[in-house]
Amino acid sequence: MIKTLVAVFLAAILTENYVLCKFLGICPFLGVSKKVNTALGMSAAVTFVMVLATAVTYPIYMYLLVPADLAYLETIVFILVIAGLVQLVEIVLKKYIPSLYNSLGIYLPLITTNCAVLGVTMLVIEKSGADYGYVHALVNSFGAGIGFLVAMVMFAGVRQRLESCDIPKSLRGLPITLVAASLVSLSFLGFGGLVENMLG
Amino acid sequence: MSEKKKYNYLKELTKGIIKENPVLCLVLGTCPALAVTTAASNAIGMGVAATLVLICSNAVISALRKVIPDKVRIPAYITVIAAFVTIVQMVVKAFAPAIDESLGIYLPLIVVNCIILGRAEMYASKNPVLPSILDGLGMGIGFTAALLLMGSIREILGNGTWFGMDLPGSIQILIFVLPPGGFFVFGMLIALASKLSGKKPPKAAGCGNCPLNGKCSAQKSLGDSKCKACEEIVSESSGKGGEGA
Repeated sequence: MIKTLVAVFLAAILTENYVLCKFLGICPFLGVSKKVNTALGMSAAVTFVMVLATAVTYPIYMYLLVPADLAYLETIVFILVIAGLVQLVEIVLKKYIPSLYNSLGIYLPLITTNCAVLGVTMLVIEKSGADYGYVHALVNSFGAGIGFLVAMVMFAGVRQRLESCDIPKSLRGLPITLVAASLVSLSFLGFGGLVENMLG
Repeated sequence: MSEKKKYNYLKELTKGIIKENPVLCLVLGTCPALAVTTAASNAIGMGVAATLVLICSNAVISALRKVIPDKVRIPAYITVIAAFVTIVQMVVKAFAPAIDESLGIYLPLIVVNCIILGRAEMYASKNPVLPSILDGLGMGIGFTAALLLMGSIREILGNGTWFGMDLPGSIQILIFVLPPGGFFVFGMLIALASKLSGKKPPKAAGCGNCPLNGKCSAQKSLGDSKCKACEEIVSESSGKGGEGA
């Protein structure tokens, strides 16, 4: 059991990285990865919302939508739950933990329409489904969040280096950033098969 | 048309295809542009599905623009969009199961595609139904065209085929159908688009492109015209002579 969970966690970070291999959450990946600090704040907020969203949507899907034969409403229900949840988290943090709100709160509105969060809640159901259960789903979404964090922070480091480079005029800005992302993604391909071989 | 403003319908339709191409010029909808363009047929499937959602949601949102209260605007838009995505998803599942299989999770993720929410917020909420439909159609065609271009390049270079047909004498560079190839081709296309249009390449997907620009609560709570997450982008572009959005 523990072994499966570790395998799921590592796979979500390395071999199935949501940003670099599944292309989810590209907007924040390109937009907010200029400095390591902002990258950290954004990914912490994303991880938090991802786990929370999975914790709420998984039971809704399994115990409400499936028994009522309404599984096709997944998309619409999940996006509304996530939108409501983000709003709720923002209000609660603002009122009770202002220090956390100041560091994470500003990223929350950007997260509602972040495809990584909706993508994770849906993929987790597809993957964990009825076979593995709630803990498996939560570990999977936490791994996805940490994978997002790893990609963001690494990429922020790469971009800080890019600052001092002499880049051809047409490539300046977004194009060179995408080429850099391509190289980071290439390096993640190297992890292919790692988790399977390590933990069977 | 009850509105006083005159619409040049042809212009509403064509602006999205080249001048304001959502993918290559406005850099919106990057996730599907990168994810589903491993083959040209996937790109067409994604493009058509998103175009349908875009036209329908633009039409409904534009028709309801005087009914929806300003404060709950965004959730209302998301609900409308999600409803149409569900319909399209069911139609695709029923009539084109192969496309549903290859698009997988990215089909329902049309809900959070910035192009659709962006057009709802920037265009359909302010304009009558007919121009909104044309705007949606044009933007959808632009999206599909950009996706098809990327999908064709990646499929031909990476797989040696086009729409599944074998191309004689082609070489297979596998990396182009893998994720790194997606980033690379996308970067090159944006560079090419900015070279051809003579404009500077876009900085990054920042507040200027964000559908919630000017309305997002992060901006409001900071009492500023820009939010902190995007501040670096704004300060960077103004530092280099006010380029960017």
